[in-house]
Amino acid sequence: MNAPLDHHVVLRAEGLARHYELRRGPFAAPAVVRALAEASFELKQGRTLAVVGESGCGKSTLARVVTMIEPPTAGRLVVEDREVTGRNAEDARILRRSVQIVFQDPYGSLNPRQKIGTILEEPLAINTDLSAADRRAKAQAMLAKVGLRPEHYERYPHMFSGGQRQRIAIARALMLDPKILVLDEPVSALDVSIQAQVLNLLTDLQQEFGLAYLFISHDLSVVRHIADEVMVMYLGRPVEVAPKEEIFASTRHPYTRALLSATPSTDPAARKERIRLTGELPSPLRPPSGCAFHPRCPYVYEPCPVDRPELKVPGSDLLVACHAVRDGRI
Amino acid sequence: MPLLDIQNLTVDFKTASGAFRAVDNVSLTVDAGEVVSIVGESGSGKSVSMLALMGLLPWTATVTAERMAFDGNDLTGLSARQRRRIVGKDMAMIFQEPMSSLNPCFTVGFQIGESLKVHLGLDRAARRKRTIELLELVGIPSPADRVDSFPHQLSGGMNQRVMIAMALSCNPKLLIADEPTTALDVTIQAQILDLLVRIQKETGMGLVLITHDMGVVAETADRVSVQYAGQKVEEQPVAGLFDDPHHPYTAALLSALPERATSRRLPSIPGVVPGQFDRPTGCLFSPRCRFATDRCVEKVPPRQGALAGLALCHYPLTHGKPVGHPGPQATLNERLFV
Amino acid sequence: MTDIARPQAPAAGPKPVERPGRFQEFWRYFSENRGAVAGLVVFVFLVAIALAAPLVAPFHPDEQFRDRLLSPPAWTEGADSRFLLGTDAVGRDILSRLIFGARFSLFIGVVVVTISLVGGIVLGLVAGFFRGWVDTVIMRVMDVLLAFPSLLLALVLVAILGPGLMNAMIAIALVAQPHYVRLTRAAVMSERGRDYVTSARVAGAGKLRLMFITILPNCMAPLIVQAALSFSNAILDAAALGFLGMGAQPPTPEWGTMLAEAREFILRAWWVVTFPGLAILITVLAINLMGDGLRDALDPKLKRS
Repeated sequence: MNAPLDHHVVLRAEGLARHYELRRGPFAAPAVVRALAEASFELKQGRTLAVVGESGCGKSTLARVVTMIEPPTAGRLVVEDREVTGRNAEDARILRRSVQIVFQDPYGSLNPRQKIGTILEEPLAINTDLSAADRRAKAQAMLAKVGLRPEHYERYPHMFSGGQRQRIAIARALMLDPKILVLDEPVSALDVSIQAQVLNLLTDLQQEFGLAYLFISHDLSVVRHIADEVMVMYLGRPVEVAPKEEIFASTRHPYTRALLSATPSTDPAARKERIRLTGELPSPLRPPSGCAFHPRCPYVYEPCPVDRPELKVPGSDLLVACHAVRDGRI
Repeated sequence: MPLLDIQNLTVDFKTASGAFRAVDNVSLTVDAGEVVSIVGESGSGKSVSMLALMGLLPWTATVTAERMAFDGNDLTGLSARQRRRIVGKDMAMIFQEPMSSLNPCFTVGFQIGESLKVHLGLDRAARRKRTIELLELVGIPSPADRVDSFPHQLSGGMNQRVMIAMALSCNPKLLIADEPTTALDVTIQAQILDLLVRIQKETGMGLVLITHDMGVVAETADRVSVQYAGQKVEEQPVAGLFDDPHHPYTAALLSALPERATSRRLPSIPGVVPGQFDRPTGCLFSPRCRFATDRCVEKVPPRQGALAGLALCHYPLTHGKPVGHPGPQATLNERLFV
Repeated sequence: MTDIARPQAPAAGPKPVERPGRFQEFWRYFSENRGAVAGLVVFVFLVAIALAAPLVAPFHPDEQFRDRLLSPPAWTEGADSRFLLGTDAVGRDILSRLIFGARFSLFIGVVVVTISLVGGIVLGLVAGFFRGWVDTVIMRVMDVLLAFPSLLLALVLVAILGPGLMNAMIAIALVAQPHYVRLTRAAVMSERGRDYVTSARVAGAGKLRLMFITILPNCMAPLIVQAALSFSNAILDAAALGFLGMGAQPPTPEWGTMLAEAREFILRAWWVVTFPGLAILITVLAINLMGDGLRDALDPKLKRS
């Protein structure tokens, strides 16, 4: 089981976009919501890419596109060197097995009418020819791996606490031996003491199976703990991508700075003057012109409302979508 | 005399399978101009105690208290209705879900005006004027237009501001905020916390902040009460709590925060908060505590003095060392004792 | 595995309260409602009577006692003590006919509910799951069915199919159909977006599996309640059709048909109409009370903490 970790690329996304059409009555032209645009990244074996952002930033849409629940409107998705976009149903089904997902709400993600055993075995029953006894053995083994007891096999989800349910959801996602796990806010609904248990479990499983994680979160302290690379998103677009050390040590994009500064620190002595972001998150229906962040940005100047900054800063390796950074103003 | 004085408050719920003690002998005092935070995980009874104070619990709850006094009025022995009449004006509460706390059928102006009418008896014009003032106070842009908006036309953060405006409408002496920022985005959370603290400073009211987020506590509170499974396990000024927690639960909770982690593996607390069906004997934290001994399982722990953070523990910690502990060999959970 | 707490020693002292199982919980909510329990008792009694009809009934339902036409109930003057509830215009024992009639009423309820439940679930699942034009077509047809007064529609259907118990049941089932379709569709639509459905999709579940294995079991609670309540409606409608001569045909001892036969004797012999009427009333009331209890126990919206 323990494949050597060489951190090769298991998933590559290039310019992924997902638009939704919203009908606004029989005569008006449908409005287009650009829930996700120009998302490019790589997931490597045994590594964690964290996607950070507030509501409406497109991180959940990204999860749905990467897990192939929804097709991208534009862009390419390559899983283990095989192109996903434009495949026929049968091929897509096989590729789908290598990308699995764990949701935020452990109370909604397990079917309340199925026993834990059935829940765990369902992916095997659908996708493999294993006999009932083999499936049961695999499910029992996976229960043990996520720290649950064999007798839990016969129980229903409502008998478990939030943390235990999240363990079950993780076990189910791992039943098909996926290469990539999309974790959509997996610990946000859990209490602090349980959150630590689940984060530890995720770390252990990543080591053991060489999983690549796409870790979606709004909590920067969790991201700081678990991520190798961080992608910050704002209103459907990545605004900064960098290794974790860099993003926390030398934050560049003004939005990332504001986000970091707004996250409450647990050191009462360090009650600091915050960078106050004024205003609300804009509606994805009517995104601001130019740089989407300019109405709230403290460093806004002439080009911001006009031009949308490219993610790549010319003449360097930095990926920061900001005019001020490009021009060396911050 | 403190503004709010609760001694030994207990709340029992009648449930299908017997009585369930949600709050167990909790005491709390709040002075005017003070921010007190009640922190705890789900099931710690942190909201229930305040709902009991407001008389907002369902009929299945039985509330008993040795003393419950607000601003010189004794509240014990009063019915929920009488209690609300006394405290309704001077004590206000805001909740976690701003969207569902407001009635979607009425404009925000009307809903704020309603409490002005009930408690202050203002006429129509005065109500509107005061409503716009309040909306301005909580930082809502162009309040004269917003006053006629419906809740669904505003964002979550704006609705929480409206809730705060409504709570402030009668100049309360005490504001209870129950997870006021949990449903909001980080940048909006920062705005709302700033707003709450600023208004609290300006008006000199007392503020009780119920939260599960240690970061929010560290940034806003003066004094912190930590609750676990319905009991108050520790109470300290905020600086002391984060520097030198005296109860093993507080200590474990703090070191489980990813922010304070020193290694890739987080020092997590094993197990789960006990529920109705698995309540331990003795100390409620003993099955998860790395210092637990036979004594912890057999005897209910004593309340320590103020120097030890009023910790509810047989062996309160001082700088991470359990005082009076017989040593690692006596712990029931040796693998947990580092 | 340091994440697992030390298991609690089986300490002396009060035994920890067991978490109640699913059925116990259901029974607790159900039994809180006194009316529901009473309804259940009556219903079980009726089922037992219907099953054991040949053993309990004093006579065959069609057996005529030509010398005792319209004999009053046993406790009145001039009665024949063999006939507890009296006899009808052709000398048949009313009690025996009522007992055998229970079989018909329950049979009607079961058949009608089964037909409309199965049809309603399939149509509702399809409509709620696929949405789009399929949904529009199904729901508009259901709206048309709902636009007619139900008894009138049933009458028209029976007129087309021809009178008789079987046709009456089909007609009543068709009339009851739209309620099931709408209920299923609403439940499916709210469950469809839940995370566990998405998670089954990511695991590769096909459409049929998603519809029938993943989603359907979670939509059953409101359907069970509706089934219980429309059981009594079916009995009422069948009785009404029988009364109008469009349902079960004489000499079938169906309660509604018995009422119809007794129409002309209402003033002379009160017992020939009263007892079939009472039988219908008691049955329908019992089932409705039971249905209310079911709703309290199964509907999470009404559940108290």
